Amino acid sequence: MEFLRPADWEEALAAKAAHPGAVPLAGGTDVMVELNLGLRRPERLLDLSRVRELHEWETAAGSVRLGASVPYATIMERLGHLLPGLALASRTVASPQIRNRAGVGGNLGTASPAGDAHPALLAAGAEVEAASVRGTRRIPVEAFYTGVKRNALAPDELIRAVHLPVADGPQQYAKVGTRNAMVIAVCAFGLALHPATRTVRTGIGSAAPTPVRADAAEEFLAGVLEEGRHWDTGRPLASSAAAEFAALCAAACDPIDDVRSTARYRRHAVGVLARRTLAWAWEAHRARPDAFEGAV
Amino acid sequence: MARNGLPTATTRTTGSAGGGVGESVPRPDGRLKVTGEFAYSSDLWHEDMLWGRTLRSPVAHAEILALDTTRALAVPGVHAVLTHEDLPTAVRHYGLEIPDTPVLARDRVRHHGEPLALVAADHPETARRAADLIEIVHRELPLVTDESSALAPDAPLLHPGRTDPHAAHVPHPNVVHRQPVRRGDVAAARRRADVIVRGEYVFGMQDQAFLGPESGLAVPAEDGGVDLHVATQWLHADRRQIAPVLGLPEELVRMTLAGVGGAFGGREDLSMQIHASLLALRTGRPVKMVYDRAESFFGHVHRHPARLRYEHGATREGRLTHVSARIVLDGGAYASSSPAVVGNAASLAVGPYVVDHVDVEALALYTNNPPCGAMRGFGAVQACFAYEAQMDRLAAELGLHPVELRRRNAMSEGSTLPTGQRVDSPAPVAELLRRVRERPLPPARQWETSEGVDVRQLPGGPSNSTHGEGVVRGVGYAVGFKNVGYSEGFDDHSTARVRLEATGGEPVATVHTAMAEVGQGGVTVHTQIARTELGVSRVILAPADTRVGSAGSTSASRQTYVTGGAVRNACALVRERVLELGRRRFGAAEPAWLSEELLLADGKVVTAGGEVLAGLGDVLGGEAVEVERAWRHRPTEPFDPHTGQGNGHVQYAFAAHRAVVEVDTELGLVKVVELACAQDVGKAVNPLSVTGQVQGGTAQGLGIAVMEEIVVDPATARVRNPSFTDYLIPTLLDTPPIPVDLLELADPHAPYGLRGAGEAPTLSSTPAIVAAIRDATGLALRRVPVRPEHIAPG
Amino acid sequence: MHVALTVNGRPLRAEDVWEGESLLYVLRERLGLPGSKNACEQGECGSCTVRLDGAPVCACLVAAGQAEGSEVVTVEGLADGEELAPVQRAFLDAGAVQCGFCTPGLLVAADALLRRRPAPADEDIREALAGNLCRCTGYETIMDAVRLAAARRSEGA
Repeated sequence: MEFLRPADWEEALAAKAAHPGAVPLAGGTDVMVELNLGLRRPERLLDLSRVRELHEWETAAGSVRLGASVPYATIMERLGHLLPGLALASRTVASPQIRNRAGVGGNLGTASPAGDAHPALLAAGAEVEAASVRGTRRIPVEAFYTGVKRNALAPDELIRAVHLPVADGPQQYAKVGTRNAMVIAVCAFGLALHPATRTVRTGIGSAAPTPVRADAAEEFLAGVLEEGRHWDTGRPLASSAAAEFAALCAAACDPIDDVRSTARYRRHAVGVLARRTLAWAWEAHRARPDAFEGAV
Repeated sequence: MARNGLPTATTRTTGSAGGGVGESVPRPDGRLKVTGEFAYSSDLWHEDMLWGRTLRSPVAHAEILALDTTRALAVPGVHAVLTHEDLPTAVRHYGLEIPDTPVLARDRVRHHGEPLALVAADHPETARRAADLIEIVHRELPLVTDESSALAPDAPLLHPGRTDPHAAHVPHPNVVHRQPVRRGDVAAARRRADVIVRGEYVFGMQDQAFLGPESGLAVPAEDGGVDLHVATQWLHADRRQIAPVLGLPEELVRMTLAGVGGAFGGREDLSMQIHASLLALRTGRPVKMVYDRAESFFGHVHRHPARLRYEHGATREGRLTHVSARIVLDGGAYASSSPAVVGNAASLAVGPYVVDHVDVEALALYTNNPPCGAMRGFGAVQACFAYEAQMDRLAAELGLHPVELRRRNAMSEGSTLPTGQRVDSPAPVAELLRRVRERPLPPARQWETSEGVDVRQLPGGPSNSTHGEGVVRGVGYAVGFKNVGYSEGFDDHSTARVRLEATGGEPVATVHTAMAEVGQGGVTVHTQIARTELGVSRVILAPADTRVGSAGSTSASRQTYVTGGAVRNACALVRERVLELGRRRFGAAEPAWLSEELLLADGKVVTAGGEVLAGLGDVLGGEAVEVERAWRHRPTEPFDPHTGQGNGHVQYAFAAHRAVVEVDTELGLVKVVELACAQDVGKAVNPLSVTGQVQGGTAQGLGIAVMEEIVVDPATARVRNPSFTDYLIPTLLDTPPIPVDLLELADPHAPYGLRGAGEAPTLSSTPAIVAAIRDATGLALRRVPVRPEHIAPG
Repeated sequence: MHVALTVNGRPLRAEDVWEGESLLYVLRERLGLPGSKNACEQGECGSCTVRLDGAPVCACLVAAGQAEGSEVVTVEGLADGEELAPVQRAFLDAGAVQCGFCTPGLLVAADALLRRRPAPADEDIREALAGNLCRCTGYETIMDAVRLAAARRSEGA
């Protein structure tokens, strides 16, 4: 096994171009498990920990460019005001020790449907910045997941960052696991209200071969909010509308039975999480100070 | 509710001074453990050592046609590859009770993960790669996975041609052992019952999940023997099984206890002991073996999963008329301690209640599932889950509070068990229940704080799945009892060597036993006993090894009782000899030596009236007084194979729990809010330590209640979750405050009146939690662990 | 390859490191520091917790090569010579040690918690130490120990 230690981003891209089979190693919280248990023996490891840019974030034009290795602990503690959905998701990632090492790049690179960040990225409308010696491209996150543990990266590409719009409304994230901490998601749900565009976005984790959005649920809810002038008035949502939204989210799942849970339970639980997170987010939206001055 | 550092547990001390019995003396190994210097079995290192690795069967049941080691042997750095062919003697099986377990499989594997071959190499990765290169040629065989496939007339036999002691009386060769317990006339009693409840319960397969993996170091010796440093629960039982396989007399297998990272029954059976020794003797080099977590799940037996069918009858007044029960335990591929687990399940099947008419049958099956054996609670745990669920259902039928029904039927001192044995020490079942019931309940809705909802106090925790929606509180009670020590006529004894000498004029006691300290605090207790009995302050503990007689197993809640008893006994003999020495030396000059009752206190010989006769240093002079002596608890009897009658047990431990839970009824997630325990420990030899035992046992009961289970695929008999990613044990966010109320009602037959304490809390914790979940949800919940989809299937 | 790093203030160097080894393996098997424990090697138990450049991490999930040039503090580095750190004393006094296999990781994690948050509420302790499994104690005495260490630190301050 060869251990490649690029000193900067250019060297990293060059190394990946020269050795497309090299396995990127950043926080190590996925790759090292496979190495320790003998499940994986790559010819080369590509250690990205010395690439400074990957550990940094910047905010410009209403968007956060989040380095792929910025640890979840940092997202939780320092980016909650900009990326509240992702911050909530970060808090559910494994343990404090893991959150000090792991970043969004790892979740995306592994592309497990159970990755905790995915529903929040989907709901926020994130884009993945992929780069190679050939150049850089931005991939909408919903197009990034191409199958179970497969993603849209070309063999010579690395994940440089994730671009997320700064939250323009309340965001929520909820996960179900069979333990109250340090648990892989049985299912997870992310929801973001986007008052600026009068849209609602969702993300579902661990309940389909890839992380998915509940498109029909989003459309339904956008329609309800528009027709009922909810965006203008801040009126509460009818429970029937919330129930229909939840049902459509459950219907967007394509879950399996496995050692962690059943397909039936996952579908059910996604519906419950969808209903609850919508209620929390809408309540928070209505409660914004001076939001609906003069509204009926 | 920060309480600024004060321990929350209720503790009582006796006021005796100087680190003796009854005090919360700190652990003698504590400093090493907090500095990282304590040497666990996986920490050992030796010049020139090699790393051992086991190749294990990928399938559960197969005929092994060939094992080709050619490619493995060709890997640079590999020093040996061993298969069944390489075993040095005709003794190729081992086992705690029945030697049915192959050291390395020959022509047949019977469970997923069974050892097939061994590799020794210069680096763990080299050993792993070489093991992966061993080619297994096999033909899969039909699987036996449950009672119906095991007991079918044409079922494949796991062990054809059995000659073990149970073979003669079992109804089918795939039954390891069967024990009925019959008393009274159940048919007649059933006719007198006003209420009858029947239920079938299922108990999942639990893992001990000790944190220190199976590991150790085998060092070949110049005399042809081997020095073995391992983590185990019973050095001498290991040696008895190891030596014949190696072809060595026992005295050439020198065992020393390495640091043990937890045990809970999972280290009663051998794991890497013989394998590492074989590799060391073959290569002539020290060999270290350390299982990774995945291998650990295959490296030890588990708690028997069980199906339990119960019928309880009662009068309108809430008196039990009868209990009938059938308990089927899955023993897996090899016997391990299944026969004794069956004996416990059968004899403790009705719980701590007075029942005159009983018809119980317990049995363990041989299947192709993972082997099951000892785990904390040992057969009593599964039964307690079922009988306590039944008691709750009876109470509901009768309109009684669950504690009231239990109180009306509670056994007490003088009661007769279904085995015909009379309970001849305190049995405060009703009192324990009263105590947990009368505790104030924790405040409701603790998640509502001035800063909003604290999700950490809600089901789901930081996963943020509820802010209170769907959350319902429930309260549940349970009580259980467990035998202490080895039962059924086993010669349960321990040995202690105690030495008293003067160093620099100061008396120093040395205590040497082979007791396996697995974390329970036995070493602390030994120092306390020596101080109390010998009146010295300095006590040295010699390392546990096979240079002293057997201490028996660190199992069955027995070590404080039995090895504690042996240490006390040896101390008393030393004391007598020291006094004799003093009488010889000083008696002529000072008549008090001869006329008075003498004691040892504060390093001196004193009269009962408190007069100091001499310092121990002066009495001893340059002499050392040393005694090694075995000590036994009073004998027990085997159970009658047909009726289960017999004085099978020596002592009982009692614990009761009240669980308070909050259940997210829509998502099926559970937060245990408080898990209060009351337990009679007879005498709290070390209150801090015994409280820790009660809390730890309670938490393991919580694990099986709501999350822990080894999942075996019924189609393949393969383990689906051999990892800490998918075998979940409780974290700090899952485990609530565990207030402990200790009773100290002395057992007059036991040293200091103490009761074995480690296991009882593991019994009642689980049914109390499930009762509380039932209380919150109204669901029947007949199976543990209770999973979210059982509460909210969708 | 070789790996040079600072452990508990001492510059150390490990030779002949296989590229797939973890920091945990290097500490335990090459640098003579077996205090950090190997209970799961998949980041699920926390018994290998060390401070890596100040942050508590699972040493089993750090590739040896990634630790090149880093500052590592292990359980062996908590005490000041013979003087135990407050968390170490508190774990002993509160009875938070049974088998002790989780203890090194818990001590490093608890010490890191108290450095960040000198007076944590109970739920803060629970969340901060949820990545450290203990199978012996039921955690009650561990909670007691962390409360005790926090109280003593504030008294000492």
